[in-house]
Amino acid sequence: MARSALSLRNVDACYGDSHVLHGVSFELAEGRLLGLLGRNGAGKSTCMNVVVGLLGARAGEVELFGEAVTRYPPERIAACGVSLVPQGRRVFRTLTVRENLAVAARRPRRTGAAPWTEERVFEMFPRLSERRNQTAGLLSGGEQQMLAIGRALMGNPRVLLMDEPSEGLAPQIVADVGRIIGRLKADGLSIVLVEQNLKLTLELADDVVIINTGRVAFRGSAAEVAADHALVAQNLGIF
Amino acid sequence: MLFWLLLAVNSITMGGLLFLLSAGFSLIFGLMRIPNLMHGSFFMLGAYLGATFLARGMNFWAAALLSAAAMVVIGGLIERFLLRRLAGQDLAQVLLTLGLSFVVADLCLMVWTGDPIQPPTPPGLAGAFRAFGMFFPIFRLAIVAIAVVVAVALWLMIERTRLGAMIRAGVDDPAIARVMGIKVSQLFTLIFCLGAGLAAFAGVIGAPYLSIYPGLDADMLPLALIIVILGGAGSLAGALLGSFIIGFLYNFGQALFPDLAYVILFLPMLLILVLRPQGLFGRVG
Repeated sequence: MARSALSLRNVDACYGDSHVLHGVSFELAEGRLLGLLGRNGAGKSTCMNVVVGLLGARAGEVELFGEAVTRYPPERIAACGVSLVPQGRRVFRTLTVRENLAVAARRPRRTGAAPWTEERVFEMFPRLSERRNQTAGLLSGGEQQMLAIGRALMGNPRVLLMDEPSEGLAPQIVADVGRIIGRLKADGLSIVLVEQNLKLTLELADDVVIINTGRVAFRGSAAEVAADHALVAQNLGIF
Repeated sequence: MLFWLLLAVNSITMGGLLFLLSAGFSLIFGLMRIPNLMHGSFFMLGAYLGATFLARGMNFWAAALLSAAAMVVIGGLIERFLLRRLAGQDLAQVLLTLGLSFVVADLCLMVWTGDPIQPPTPPGLAGAFRAFGMFFPIFRLAIVAIAVVVAVALWLMIERTRLGAMIRAGVDDPAIARVMGIKVSQLFTLIFCLGAGLAAFAGVIGAPYLSIYPGLDADMLPLALIIVILGGAGSLAGALLGSFIIGFLYNFGQALFPDLAYVILFLPMLLILVLRPQGLFGRVG
């Protein structure tokens, strides 16, 4: 069994008075891709917000390679090697493409794999290279998504969190995003992919966790989910 | 002719001084959304501190820098320990900074008494040079030169460095900037300290020309406010243009229509507020 890259143990979280996560536990093993599925509002993004430190956990623990990071502020969690591709992309709209990449740059924690640099990001996303001096707010949705991914990679993460990277993109672009995620996984990066797109997730994920109304409803392999239509209908289907 | 030219030189000098005052005010207001009503106090307290250093025989520029450094520290303490607790609460910030400005005004009255102080112009720059058949006071031109250098340096820092990009990222989306590992809170403290230091520096180098007196803070704050509304909060180019506009309006207004001096100052501000609320160079929103 590979070592644990990220684990949540019995995490409870609230937005104000509304209790949105109830004892959520799951684990991402090093070098694997975990698909986090669930309906709108099930609590997937909330899990991500807890991991990156934007939302405090009311109870429970978040561990990163065995280090408890539950009460760390976001800057410190970033320094521990977590990068986020946020839901809705949230690129820095008034900054240029290059500036978006530069502000997120962080030296890798250990030498080994080739570190991510501006050149490597531009190699992976030639379209961004063409628009390197463009203001990010003027990019198309697909380009902004590429930039959000590139920006997260500039942090040279050990764990990459991707929150609905296919949201609102044309099918062609979704396929591109899928190929890129596949490449990152092949490079050995540990990835959590939050998605509503079941097909994309099952193509890419090794393991799957399904969240339903703030509780873990299923934990297992992608193959099991693909074979179990009742599970999918019950937890992901639209009635 | 001479009268007009002299008025123009005075206006430009005042514009340079106002820029040093309002650049920090604009950044603090535009980037951090803090309406810092103590900004005039930073200017006045800086001027008084500088005058005290000068009276002890310190070099003029050393006094200006030391006073700026002191205000950087004071500003940093106020931001970290007081304003930081009121993040996002505009009204509380207004009341806190207004209250502190009264405290500073009273402390200055206690320490430096109510008599105006006018430090001498620095020896090397006291004279004037002759050109186009008239005399230009060197010190006033030096103020303008310093303002231009500071404007360029600030612009380069904000627009052309990674540090500046991080500050802008923190303004764009503070939460995501933190998730990307940018220490937004420290950067904002840096901006506040910078603004406080610049105001103090302006206070010292403006003192030989404006003199220092109780109420100087309350005279300067509205000018900074008008400039930032004219130019647009957070815009350095706006602050620069606004400073020179107000420099001219102030001097020409007082010379030509002394009874209407304040109308002439505030009227453009009202027009901008009605017609273009984001200011001449303001970012939308």
